[in-house]
Amino acid sequence: MAHTRRLAATASSSRPLLRRIARYRGVYLIMLPGLVYYLVYKYLPMYGVVIAFKDISPLSGFREIYFGGQWVGLKYFERFVSSFYFWNVVRNTLVFSLLRLLLGPTLAIMLALMLNEVRNLVFKRVAQTVSYLPHFISWVVVASLVHAILSVDGGLLNLIITGLGGDAVLFLGDPRFFRVIALSTWMWHGVGWGSIIYLAAIAGIDPELYDAAIIDGAGRIRQVFAITIPTIAPIIVILLILRIGDILDGGFDLILNIYSPGVYGVADIIDTFVYREGLLRVQYSYAAAVGVFKSVIGLLLVVVADRAAKQLGQSGLW
Amino acid sequence: MTRPAEGGPARPRSRGERIFAPFNYGVLMLVGLLFLVPFLLVLASSLVGEQELQERGVFVLIPRRLDFSAYGYLLSSGSIVLGAYRVTVVRILLGTAANLAVTAALAYGLSKRALPGVTAITALLFFTMLFSGGLIPTFLVVKATGLIDNLGALIVPNLVSTWNLLIMRNFFYQIPQSLEESAEIDGASPLRILVSVVVPLSAPSFATIGLFYAVAHWNAWFDAAIYINSVAKLPVQNILRALVIAGTDVDSIQDIDVEHLPPPQTIRYAMIIISTLPIVFIYPFIQRYFVKGIQIGAVKG
Repeated sequence: MAHTRRLAATASSSRPLLRRIARYRGVYLIMLPGLVYYLVYKYLPMYGVVIAFKDISPLSGFREIYFGGQWVGLKYFERFVSSFYFWNVVRNTLVFSLLRLLLGPTLAIMLALMLNEVRNLVFKRVAQTVSYLPHFISWVVVASLVHAILSVDGGLLNLIITGLGGDAVLFLGDPRFFRVIALSTWMWHGVGWGSIIYLAAIAGIDPELYDAAIIDGAGRIRQVFAITIPTIAPIIVILLILRIGDILDGGFDLILNIYSPGVYGVADIIDTFVYREGLLRVQYSYAAAVGVFKSVIGLLLVVVADRAAKQLGQSGLW
Repeated sequence: MTRPAEGGPARPRSRGERIFAPFNYGVLMLVGLLFLVPFLLVLASSLVGEQELQERGVFVLIPRRLDFSAYGYLLSSGSIVLGAYRVTVVRILLGTAANLAVTAALAYGLSKRALPGVTAITALLFFTMLFSGGLIPTFLVVKATGLIDNLGALIVPNLVSTWNLLIMRNFFYQIPQSLEESAEIDGASPLRILVSVVVPLSAPSFATIGLFYAVAHWNAWFDAAIYINSVAKLPVQNILRALVIAGTDVDSIQDIDVEHLPPPQTIRYAMIIISTLPIVFIYPFIQRYFVKGIQIGAVKG
């Protein structure tokens, strides 16, 4: 049967390319909706970054915005770098990113170490499940809880304070408190979920190492510092490196939902700035330029992370 | 007395350990409470009636009588919240179905190692995880494709998650080639093979990826915030955001007659609980699929 022979020959690449493509036309056809999706909603916006280099009227149509307009080079990049907001926004982005990069894994490792010491499996499972709870609720709910507790009009903490005769405190609107509130909320949200991977790493440690330590007279706490932590150290380093690529992302959902103009000085990050300039003030080119600025730094960080991972003998990010 | 850890040998307890173990349990219980307390506080406050509020002063931590009037008001027929729930359910059902169909079809092609160009296509799709056009160019494309204030904006712009796509491709790699080949010999088209051979064999992976998409739909809020203008088309998360975060009064966006409007604070607390309860009840049963997802990611395919 001709059909069977055709199948047998598929593996050989000696057949002409066009014949091979034709043989797979049915497969290409069912991939088409997905490929069109990527083309329109991923690659067209990538081409769309050209608006960062053009003068665009927000009132013009899509064709005009994408394919017309006056080229202005780096005008909007210069405007951003020389603007009053530049250092503020860049500094806040970096401060939040670095604090989360350091604090997040530290707390997650501590939780994993503590969970690992739990011998009662029911207790352990319940503790883990409870710690995963924040991961499954939306950022809007998380931010709503923050408002419900800290809001100045009717927040639960302020109701307690005023109930005891004190004055209501403007927690969310006070630059002194904002960073602590945001960081605590991120940690609350991520620590349980973040501990999973470290707990798995700890579970993979060879029990014989512990037996040897016990024979040497090491207690449990000594074992943690002499065996557990040194053994998972390479994983900790690799996970840190892998996260470098996206440290600039991830703060947006919380900050946008709990900040206010009074705390922009310590709260505003690149993403929230782009959102306000682009969608609220409709400065498409300027906002796109700031977005490109961030994407380029992010891409550089990914490349650095990949190199670092390869230096350490890992397979790299891709 | 001590039970051995899973797979590990029983270890004798030292003196330091006897002190440490209770300390450890104690701290973990405190941490556990820390995760639950915000919800419990809000739940309790949502059940305080106006009468009790007035009798007992401004702050009532634990209500003596449970008052569900805020829930009754928010969920009364024709309310904005019920409408929002309908939008959320529609986006979860239609959205997840569309996500799965397009992701599976694309993943099926990517899993064919002999497909001409498959390496290049995979690389192009993977690249979108590293670099994106960003907020404004994406917004402009969504606008140009006519999705502003259209429920399609909650589904189409995030039709495929590249992460889920690659996980699904890796699932498909595990399906024996011989099964597909024998179907092909019987004259089945690729679409037929996908639907009648591949999909039935990968029911567990469809369930897993489907859950990832469904929970993402439940929790999504930013797409509706920027693409949807009509209040009646907003999902639950965005109504919650309007009431609690933007501080909008609910009676200003809906027209429902009540004799007595519950206190605004109680309404806000009740809204938080209404938009949190479904996922709080469901997540303990589905969390293991998500844990597995992390482990797949750690191994990297």
